[in-house]
Amino acid sequence: MGAWIMAGVTFREAARKKILWLALAAGAGFLALFATGLYFNLKDLAVRPNHLMARAGINSLLMLGLYAVDGLAVAMTVMISADTLSGEIASGTIQAVATKPVARWEVLLGKWLGFVGMLTLYLAMMVGGVSGLTYALSAHFLRAGVTPRHLLLGTCLIWLECLLMLNLTMLCGTAFSTLTNAVLALGMHGIAFIGGWVEQAGAFTHSPRAVNVGIVASVLMPSESLWRRAVYEMQSPVVSAFGFGPFNAESIPSGLMVAYAAAYLTFALGLALHRFAHRDL
Amino acid sequence: MQQFAIQTRGLRKVFGEKVALRNLSLEVPRGEVFGFLGPNGAGKTTAMKILLGLAAPTEGRAVVLGRAAGDVAARRQIGFLPEHFRFYDWLTAAELLQLYGRLYGMPAGPLRQRVPAFLDLVGLTPHRDQRLREFSKGMLQRIGLAQALLNDPELILLDEPTSGLDPVGRRLVRDIIKAQRERGATVFLNSHLLSEVEITCDRVAFIKHGEVLETRELRGLAEGALQVAIRARKLTGESLPGLSPWASSARLEGERLTLEVSSTDVLPEVLRYLVAQGADVYEVIPQRISLEELFLRIIGTDGGL
Repeated sequence: MGAWIMAGVTFREAARKKILWLALAAGAGFLALFATGLYFNLKDLAVRPNHLMARAGINSLLMLGLYAVDGLAVAMTVMISADTLSGEIASGTIQAVATKPVARWEVLLGKWLGFVGMLTLYLAMMVGGVSGLTYALSAHFLRAGVTPRHLLLGTCLIWLECLLMLNLTMLCGTAFSTLTNAVLALGMHGIAFIGGWVEQAGAFTHSPRAVNVGIVASVLMPSESLWRRAVYEMQSPVVSAFGFGPFNAESIPSGLMVAYAAAYLTFALGLALHRFAHRDL
Repeated sequence: MQQFAIQTRGLRKVFGEKVALRNLSLEVPRGEVFGFLGPNGAGKTTAMKILLGLAAPTEGRAVVLGRAAGDVAARRQIGFLPEHFRFYDWLTAAELLQLYGRLYGMPAGPLRQRVPAFLDLVGLTPHRDQRLREFSKGMLQRIGLAQALLNDPELILLDEPTSGLDPVGRRLVRDIIKAQRERGATVFLNSHLLSEVEITCDRVAFIKHGEVLETRELRGLAEGALQVAIRARKLTGESLPGLSPWASSARLEGERLTLEVSSTDVLPEVLRYLVAQGADVYEVIPQRISLEELFLRIIGTDGGL
């Protein structure tokens, strides 16, 4: 019960401080701009005879949109959650809550549930918006709607990536100040990001050592692996064959890596719950 | 029912190199208003945090309302006002009490009635829909007090409850503490305002360097600790040992003799003795030892630094 109350408080705080509405408004602005760009691209592409190339181009635009959504969602997750424990511990706000008859794990889990609700709402709006707009506009201009290959699976993988960032931020929040927490979480994502590129480049140039470097980075922080797997699930195989980039997965993260990422994020949350329950406030 | 609301045995708390609590043993009987006094850095706030389960002791044991300190079920019967009360300042006063009431597990119906009643108790009814970030320090202290009493707690821990309050607010705190004692609640009060403690507390503990130096009952302070200033001539130091049956200490400086006696009842005997010793007594002035003097004597003037 305490967890649900705290989830409500977290949601209400984001709404009252206008964080939620501003994020949704900025998301709506992003979608409007994406739709405008897509509209003009499609209008010009539709007059060309080669519909296959047009579809490939739109597919790349779709993946570009989803790539931007992924980056925004990761940054948003860290920014909205970095202060929740660190800030309340530093200011002493947590004392008034932690002395109520609610277990500490309920306090943390409640906050976590609130953030999960927010990021789910955000992702549903953004991924749904990008995919829906692409389908509607391409259906209008090309008479065949372009959609991600496995939209639901890909979205779930992006969602898992955000959960991973959230859990890592919650864990760091039990030990570090707000700023250190955010820097650490984004720094870890940076390692994963560059590791992912090294791995992709290694696969492109057939360098197994570079691929291994990327895999090690993914073991340290598997967030980018989840995006790469999401790309693999959503990208058209025809477009994938054209080359390497953020919208292609040259070296495809395995199902084992996805399972590892799921275990990683579960462990991070468990450790955060344990640390928060046992630390002095 | 346990006789004591709070019992600690050999509490020790170490933060790195710093020893915040050395060996804190304390017993607070149920139904009393108990003052917890000590200089800054004596370990009062750390001790309160341990009692509330906000911090774990390095060694020792604390029992609160018959359960281990920090027990969730015990916290249902505890109210707490932190010294620097911080909370969700984006909430209104009424919303804050509703939230805390829900965390106490109160049903929505009774809570709807309790919130206005407690806002009224602390004089914040006109500000019920105002966000807390717009509150003054005194108003925040009042809403903090309301949330500490919301669950009709058996034990109320107040850390500097009059800090930031004007004389009207301080009077309100005194009245509330009195009402809580009459209700049968135990109040554990940490305050630097010794005059307030003197008025409200039944018993006080003096703490320094993380241990309790002494516990005193305040009801007996006026009777139990009395200083008498006597102006007399023809008095010599040789007469002083003969005062020991009545006075715990005697000091002669010229014509001025200062005695510490247990009660005013002994004064006639003292006077008879002095006259029998050939002294001419001109003046006898009994002086009550204030809590502040007692504090300085027990804690020392170095403030424990």
